[in-house]
Amino acid sequence: MAAESIDISNAMVTQPTTLGDWMLVAPVGVPILFGAILLMVRHETRLHASVAIAGLLLTLGANAALLLQVLADGPQVMTMGRWLPPFGISFTADVLGASLSFVAMLVASVCALYAMKDIGTTGRRYGFYPFVMLLMAGVGGSFLTGDIFNLYVWFEVFLISSFGLLILGSTERQLDGATKYAILNLVGTTLFLTATAYLYGTFGTLNMADIARKAEAMRETGPLMTLAVLYLLAFGMKAAAFPVNFWLPASYHTPRIVTAALFGGVLTKVGVYALLRVLVMLFPVERAELSGVIAWVAAGTMVLGIMGAIAQSDIRRVLGFVVISGVGVMLAGLALGTETGLTGTILYAFHSVLAMTALYLLAGVMKGLGGSYSLHELGGLYRSYPAMGAFALVLMLAAAGLPPASGLWPKVLLVRASLEAGWPWLSFAILLTGLLTTIALGRVYILAIWRDRQEVAPAGEAAIGRPGFGYTSLVLLCVPIILLGVYPEPFIRVAAAAAGGLLDSSSYIGAVFPVEAVQ
Amino acid sequence: MRTLIFRTVAPYLTSLMVLFSVFVLLRGHNEPGGGFIGGLIAASAFAIYGVACGVSPVRRSLYFHPMAISGFGLLVAAISGWLSVVFNVPFMTGLWIKVSVLGVPVDLSTVLFFDIGVYLVVLGSITSVALALEEREHG
Repeated sequence: MAAESIDISNAMVTQPTTLGDWMLVAPVGVPILFGAILLMVRHETRLHASVAIAGLLLTLGANAALLLQVLADGPQVMTMGRWLPPFGISFTADVLGASLSFVAMLVASVCALYAMKDIGTTGRRYGFYPFVMLLMAGVGGSFLTGDIFNLYVWFEVFLISSFGLLILGSTERQLDGATKYAILNLVGTTLFLTATAYLYGTFGTLNMADIARKAEAMRETGPLMTLAVLYLLAFGMKAAAFPVNFWLPASYHTPRIVTAALFGGVLTKVGVYALLRVLVMLFPVERAELSGVIAWVAAGTMVLGIMGAIAQSDIRRVLGFVVISGVGVMLAGLALGTETGLTGTILYAFHSVLAMTALYLLAGVMKGLGGSYSLHELGGLYRSYPAMGAFALVLMLAAAGLPPASGLWPKVLLVRASLEAGWPWLSFAILLTGLLTTIALGRVYILAIWRDRQEVAPAGEAAIGRPGFGYTSLVLLCVPIILLGVYPEPFIRVAAAAAGGLLDSSSYIGAVFPVEAVQ
Repeated sequence: MRTLIFRTVAPYLTSLMVLFSVFVLLRGHNEPGGGFIGGLIAASAFAIYGVACGVSPVRRSLYFHPMAISGFGLLVAAISGWLSVVFNVPFMTGLWIKVSVLGVPVDLSTVLFFDIGVYLVVLGSITSVALALEEREHG
């Protein structure tokens, strides 16, 4: 009201924001805006795809600008409603959050493109595109928020949207998968909320920068170890880490393939991101204490996950287990906690978002051309569609961590980091996982692509040709995958900057509390 | 449930409750109330109407599909946050303006529009769930 007469600088941000600062909220604000518009025009299904793709591309552009800004000038902050942090809710983008959010928006745009073919009028009527927009708003918010309770809220936003996407089509199998997914995820969310309540009781603040700078003083008196363990369990559940990963293989093979692609690519990485943010930045001492446990969890997740993949005969189930084993590889870097290890983890996260989405989309193309997801029924695809064989080869090399694709360098970094840390068994587990992934995916390649055509073609479902959208989507994803494989320097530089920002949080804290950084 | 008394009273009860929900929404800025609870009251008003007179009269009287109302609410809320961009202040900052309606000064703010957005989101989504459940019961 009469703001001129009152000195508000004690309670509010008085610095004017520039248009550049708004790039920070764009990854959340733009998808919400477009999601709302899509909800309003729910029955005009023809408009959906173009509105959604326009919205996602706009978000992607803003996110790219944000990433460049963060790389150039360090962490960016905007505090909602002008209230000074820690009272206002801050959005804080550092290299880690901005880069992961960028990769996620990239694959979401590709998925929206692929969905033009995959999701028919009925799926659109049930709200596929609005759900995708709100899902991405939740994912973007999770990566960019600087407030741990707000992180919980964004987790809820994308979780609820993911329920909607999972049951799109309402078949019995989907409802069965969605029930398991919903219940186990809600248990994880409850743990997360409990831990956050406990954290608030201990620290009296929820702002992550504030927690990071107060943690040192609280270490003697506060139950920080309990908090770290609770968060490890809660986010481990979200990330599908062994032994709390049962929800993923139970549900990821049931939804539409483009939904599975988006989930497999993006959602588990949000859990990994939250683990990195909370354990490395907020509770570094406790993380070091827990590193042995995390390392065993990592090794168990990667090896047992990929063993599950070898046992499956449905391509989507194989991929679900490959996603889990990738989470294990990322946790290895968290266990190590060194700069090289974390760089490897973050680089692996970029690779995994791209490669897992691409592999699921590839499965969708295979189903479109071969008429089935089952390895018993597929066959002869190489002879009919050599281009698809090429895509499959690149993506399977990427997932297995072989050159010339993206999986190689993060694994090199992680193996080096675990040898440096004196944990040769962890590097052995990573290499063993690579070998087993090669076997699991090579089996898919031999059975579905090289083998002669099977005569048990599924009844009623004739092969539907014309993989135009599928190929376009795969090309869009294969370009960054190969780039990451043959020219990894810029990617490694970004990942190293992100890891550095996690290990030394002073610039993150300084961005949120600029003037009086010490109280 | 569809007794004569209930069917006669329901339209009046519904309109009273909707009126009351708007009152609760508007007083919410400084006193107990607000968009969320207002939306719940309005949604229960439409649910009562649906129980008494069937679902199709409710859909007719709402005119727009409940989910579209919800989407509009989300849009209003999002825009009231985005308005800050014009004034060089952070996202979701409360912006105020004094207008005079027939000589009476009225304070309008983005906070109010955000609350109206919340009201519409809650009204739309809860009504949509309630109507779907009632439809199944009678169908």
